[in-house]
Amino acid sequence: MKTKLTVAAVALGAGLLSVAAQAQAQALRVGLREDADILDPTLARTYVGRIVFASLCDKLFDIDDKLAIVPQLATGYTWEDPKTLRIALRPNVVFHDGEKMDAEAVRYSLNRHLTMQGSFRRGEINTMDSIEVVDPLTVRVRLKVPSAPFLSQLTDRAGMIVSPKAAEAAGKDFGQKPVCAGPFRFVERVAQDRIVVERFPEYWDAAHIHLNRITYLPIPDSSVRLANLQSGALDIVEIAPSDLSTVSGNNRVRIVQRDDLGYQSIAYNLGNGPRADTPFGRDPRIREAFELAIDRDALNQVVFEGLMTPTAQPIPPASPFHDAATKPAARDLARAQALLKEAGVTLPMTVEMTVPTNPELRQAAEVIQAMVKEAGFDLKIVAQEFASSLQAAQRGEFQTYMIAWSGRPDPDGNTWAFLHSRGAQNDGKAADPEVDRLLDAAREENDPARRLALYAQVWPIALGKNRMRMFLWHRKIIVAHNARLQGFTLLPDGIIRPQSLRLN
Amino acid sequence: MLRWLLKRVGQILPTLLILSVLIFALQQLMPGDPAVILAGEERGDAQVLAEIRAELMLDRPVWQQYLAWLGRVLVGDFGFSWRIRMPVAQLILEKLPVTLQLGLMAFVIAVIIGVPAGVISAVWRDKPADWAANGLALAGISMPNFWLGIMMILLFSVQLGWLPPSGYVSLAEDWRQSLATTIMPAFVLGTGIAGVLMRHTRAAMLSALSQDYVRTARAKGVAPAWVILRHALRNALIPVVTLGTIELGRLLAGAVLTEQIFTIPGFGKLIVDAVFNRDYPVVQGVVLATALIFVLLSLLADLLYMAINPRLRTS
Repeated sequence: MKTKLTVAAVALGAGLLSVAAQAQAQALRVGLREDADILDPTLARTYVGRIVFASLCDKLFDIDDKLAIVPQLATGYTWEDPKTLRIALRPNVVFHDGEKMDAEAVRYSLNRHLTMQGSFRRGEINTMDSIEVVDPLTVRVRLKVPSAPFLSQLTDRAGMIVSPKAAEAAGKDFGQKPVCAGPFRFVERVAQDRIVVERFPEYWDAAHIHLNRITYLPIPDSSVRLANLQSGALDIVEIAPSDLSTVSGNNRVRIVQRDDLGYQSIAYNLGNGPRADTPFGRDPRIREAFELAIDRDALNQVVFEGLMTPTAQPIPPASPFHDAATKPAARDLARAQALLKEAGVTLPMTVEMTVPTNPELRQAAEVIQAMVKEAGFDLKIVAQEFASSLQAAQRGEFQTYMIAWSGRPDPDGNTWAFLHSRGAQNDGKAADPEVDRLLDAAREENDPARRLALYAQVWPIALGKNRMRMFLWHRKIIVAHNARLQGFTLLPDGIIRPQSLRLN
Repeated sequence: MLRWLLKRVGQILPTLLILSVLIFALQQLMPGDPAVILAGEERGDAQVLAEIRAELMLDRPVWQQYLAWLGRVLVGDFGFSWRIRMPVAQLILEKLPVTLQLGLMAFVIAVIIGVPAGVISAVWRDKPADWAANGLALAGISMPNFWLGIMMILLFSVQLGWLPPSGYVSLAEDWRQSLATTIMPAFVLGTGIAGVLMRHTRAAMLSALSQDYVRTARAKGVAPAWVILRHALRNALIPVVTLGTIELGRLLAGAVLTEQIFTIPGFGKLIVDAVFNRDYPVVQGVVLATALIFVLLSLLADLLYMAINPRLRTS
């Protein structure tokens, strides 16, 4: 009898231990490349912040592998007319504080994004005129003008629904303890050290959540992030292209990579202050010569070992709006020299390029410098700390500027702000009425085929005839994770989503 | 004595005040509009930028910003971080123990290595032991922290798997893990200072060993080890202690590169990130806190001198 009891006790103990070990084992550690900013979806703006939000705050919609819009907190939508969007909501969803996620909460959250002081979401959804509750599980959004990108904004932070009760109580401090309806709830944050979230048992899609806890650790140095992964201190990290060769032979590490949604480009100052008033800024033939002297493939091979995807347009290949006909032109020095001669400039022609301080960008700039020299350009590289370079660009204190964009799922997010004459990130003030008209029309067009055709008309004018900006390459997102981690898929936005992840 | 102390404490306030003006003025020279930097990729909306400027008082003249900040600091409110909206005082209190622990550990390592090495090389001057100690000191001084750091991570964490490669666990949470996470950065920091301490100890010891009282002690037949430790080293330590205090102060101001590599969330990392993000309240708060630590350390040093040397008490 005594023996039986002992055996039972030992078995029970072992069982408990294995359960505890299992729980311990399902704790994921994610390495981030910097510390996230404030964890309030209305006020947040960093890319790494979006990775943390993926576990904390569900959105009305999400994107899938092909950038199609799929439901998350919503179950579907219909356009009642081009300016009226009806969204059906998922029943039985609760926030981390136990409050109900319903039409009233959606109305509250979207209005908060639109009207809160300092909201970074306003620019994304400012086409919204009003939102009304139809019934507890339906809202109707009225837009000021038809807007094709509006729905895709709801797949990111503008579509995150917060608990109205918690948001009202916390006000501007909501980000210190965010309360949303995501699969994990907030536990603690130590600035620059860690952000910890734990599994939310009442999550509406709990069947797809296998992890118990996620710790996000900001580690700015890519090599150190990688060392943490190799030693087992981290489970999943984003790494720099230069570190790829270090891990490719390691069988305990898995590598996943794909093109991101953004691009690296060279912005030209065409109309922002006196620095635009140069032959380079005035004459598109000179800019064409500059572009023809650059061999994007060679640049990619030399600096990135062929990892990036050379491009000549802002829309990534993963997008259905990518125009296959707009390809990078082959390097043509003879034509470049002929164009410069035709423009009647004296050689060598001095051009200044502002480059944010970053070793890889700097290297790319030096390769470009050597390439355009052969055509007759004397490219001067001005290295500037990123924050300072942004301000200089806005003030027009640049001639050309190497600037990247992280990208958005909808093509409007990669084009309008950069090529439209009123675009807020059009630092060089490039302007063409026909480009404006086409971009506006594409923004209001809901039919994908007609929209694709509109964008296909933009490129020959904006990039071919006017040379408003040069697009160089789509960047690669490279995620490395240890072999124990199962169920990871990398979507085009590069965000690590906790759904389906499991540690073996 | 009391009057001296009051006078000394009275000097602290104006020092900090002048410093706070300096921090504010220097910040104005930094290029980059904080509102634009805060906005980052979302800098497109002019209205949002205007709202941020209004909320953070960036649209007011500098002197108004300064007075508003000073007024709040005087009642103990350091404001909040613009980037993550956490109170600056909380950030400083969070980071202070981390930097304190790392700094003290590095200091202990530096003393354990530096002082004996200095003594050995002075006693066995121009002998192989001296050369070896000098070589080590030179290596310690000249090896860049970030290189040594990465090499140690690769060896002890990736290859051998003995130590965690980065991060920090507090002493209260788990003291063993805490030591494991801080020993590598403390060693990296400590070796640099050990080299400096070694060179100074060596010079001071050489001068002490040639003094009359050492010769007298030897002539009296005192044991050689006793002469070195009790008579020579004790006197030689005075300049070393002065130097050590300065180095300790520097350690407590945060070790920027080392903290960055080992991802130790201390003062150094806090201030570097704050500068790059133009998070002015954090920069102001941390610089002020660091300055206060320095001033208090120097006050402490003065008090210690007086405790040791009675002649100073009357002057």
